[in-house]
Amino acid sequence: MSIDLFLQHLSNGISLGSLYALIAIGYTMVYGILRLINFAHGDIFMMATYFAFFGIATFRIPWFITFPLVLVLTAALGMGVEAVAYRPLRDAPKISLLISAIGASFFLENLTIVLFGGVPRPFPAPKLFTDVVQVGTVAIQKLTFYIPIVTVLALLGLVYLINKTKTGMAMRAVSMDHETAQVMGININRTISFTFGLGSLLAAVGGIMWGMKFPQIQPLMGVVPGLKCFIAAVIGGIGNIGGAVIGGFILGIGEIMLVAFLPNLTGYRDAFAFVLLILILMSKPTGILGEKTAEKV
Amino acid sequence: MRRRNVVFLLLVLLLAAAATGCSKKESDVIKIGVFEPITGANAAGGQLEVEGIKLANKLYPEVLGKKVELVIADNKSDKVEAATAAARLVEKDKVTAIIGSWGSSLSMAAGDIVRQGKVPTVGASCTNPLVTAGNDYYFRVCFIDPFQGTVMANYAYSKLGAEKAAVIQEVNNDYAVGLAKFFMDSFKQLTGDENCIVALANYNTGDQDFSAQLTNVKAQNPDVIFAPGNFTESALIISQARKLGITCPIIGGDTWETQEFLDIGQEAVEGAVFSTFFATEKPITEESAKFITAYRDEYNKEPAAVAALGYDAYILILDAIKRAGATDRVKLRDEIAKTENFPGAAGIITLDANGDAVKNAVIKVVKGGKFTYLDTIAPQQ
Repeated sequence: MSIDLFLQHLSNGISLGSLYALIAIGYTMVYGILRLINFAHGDIFMMATYFAFFGIATFRIPWFITFPLVLVLTAALGMGVEAVAYRPLRDAPKISLLISAIGASFFLENLTIVLFGGVPRPFPAPKLFTDVVQVGTVAIQKLTFYIPIVTVLALLGLVYLINKTKTGMAMRAVSMDHETAQVMGININRTISFTFGLGSLLAAVGGIMWGMKFPQIQPLMGVVPGLKCFIAAVIGGIGNIGGAVIGGFILGIGEIMLVAFLPNLTGYRDAFAFVLLILILMSKPTGILGEKTAEKV
Repeated sequence: MRRRNVVFLLLVLLLAAAATGCSKKESDVIKIGVFEPITGANAAGGQLEVEGIKLANKLYPEVLGKKVELVIADNKSDKVEAATAAARLVEKDKVTAIIGSWGSSLSMAAGDIVRQGKVPTVGASCTNPLVTAGNDYYFRVCFIDPFQGTVMANYAYSKLGAEKAAVIQEVNNDYAVGLAKFFMDSFKQLTGDENCIVALANYNTGDQDFSAQLTNVKAQNPDVIFAPGNFTESALIISQARKLGITCPIIGGDTWETQEFLDIGQEAVEGAVFSTFFATEKPITEESAKFITAYRDEYNKEPAAVAALGYDAYILILDAIKRAGATDRVKLRDEIAKTENFPGAAGIITLDANGDAVKNAVIKVVKGGKFTYLDTIAPQQ
């Protein structure tokens, strides 16, 4: 394999990996604060792409207005899901919350099928992002540069928010102990709602990037990315935001390299993610950057 | 809480009553099952076929003085769901006959169920030979992949002058794998070169990233890429190929002919060539003209080949019911098997011993964002 070819594969891998990382951040943040695996994350991500589709393709709103609008709408949707599906179960066992999350996921998928139909639609990606740059013989889509930048910005922004602001402090307090936090005068409903809004906003950013890279959207598009990004988050150590980014890159680059070097195993591409998950969990049960304490889900 | 439970219980009872209420006048209607992907990756294809079937039902709503009722079962583009959906049609809805499915894998998933249930089934556009092989109850109104693969290999070799081809196949789709195999066999024969297939790459249904496969294909520098598979994935493959700087022609099979293929691929799919069943530019029978006009009136768009085939499957079943004079499934099967020179919208249908239609293929190209007629190829006798 020539060096050019390898570089092309590497660039493809980084591009896919940063996308996984971006979505995994949202997953892991909600888990880190609430100890809840939000299985509806992939579907909120899917809804975001539909919002963008309707904004640009149906209502003809320019992308620079549509995208911020999508972020707001998706955040609102995430808060709505939290209020309906999770808040009434605040004092219920964690397992009920998990089941409720799966229910919310199925509900969103089927709602989309009913409202928008099961037929895939084209994502209206602005040319500005999808153009290709030639570096020597390596063709790189401009998005490949933008996505890692967005991922890193999201990562830095999130770390700052959680560690340096008052809201972040409230989030950390809620993550440690609901009741005590409430006694200390923290409005836990508002804090949790905010966490979901933020997580959904990250899902929306991921959705927009995903839509531009793979310009085809359909109601079940969130399922596989949702699962893979969940795996990325677990590999990195669920709850740890930096870990999610590392997990995302490992998964993305690993997948591309598997297909590139072992073309006969292409059919096992999705299985690769799960095998990797099992291997990492066997050697390091809390993930690469995971906390030492064992947590019950 | 208690009262809410009571209300809920009443609601359930009400729904149950409503559900049983519907199925009373069974003897006055003839039920035909429509077994198609309405949701999932193949939804666009399945819905086109359903449009054709519904149109046929509207134009020909009755047979033997009874109303024909369509029972639509969504197989969700999934092989496991397909088996369940088919079993439901056979056992619960007790349909007289079934039409479908778009997608050979989905059709094959239903094969054993319709054979054991003895329900005659007519596929519209499923082209893999194994759908009807060894199954007395499965028929189809389209040609099969050995022919389609040959047609495309011929096109690549004689029209494009290709010597080296790369193949990218949807590896868990029986249609794509079959078609790829027949293309490769035929292309090897034409070029007389065992090594003319320079790359064979696989992908899975639902994949969205093909950059690794395409990078490998590009390194082999083929003259043409044959990429049979589902239209969504194919459109993404073509657009990613163009972005990677692959400039050679990319050709495929009949599944590409959906509006979504054009919408998703946009300017990247310009020049994509594929084989299909029927072109509105070349109406073949009186039924074609009738179908094209009615379709345009009903849906305000140009009919795709698979819509015409769905239409044909319906009128073929109706014709067989008429000839059988009864809705007995075994008798109906025998009548369908005898179909000869039946004028359908997408050509004259004669079923061979396997229950496959023998008819011409049409080659189309994407030009100016539209599917345009290129050529007609007759089967070798």
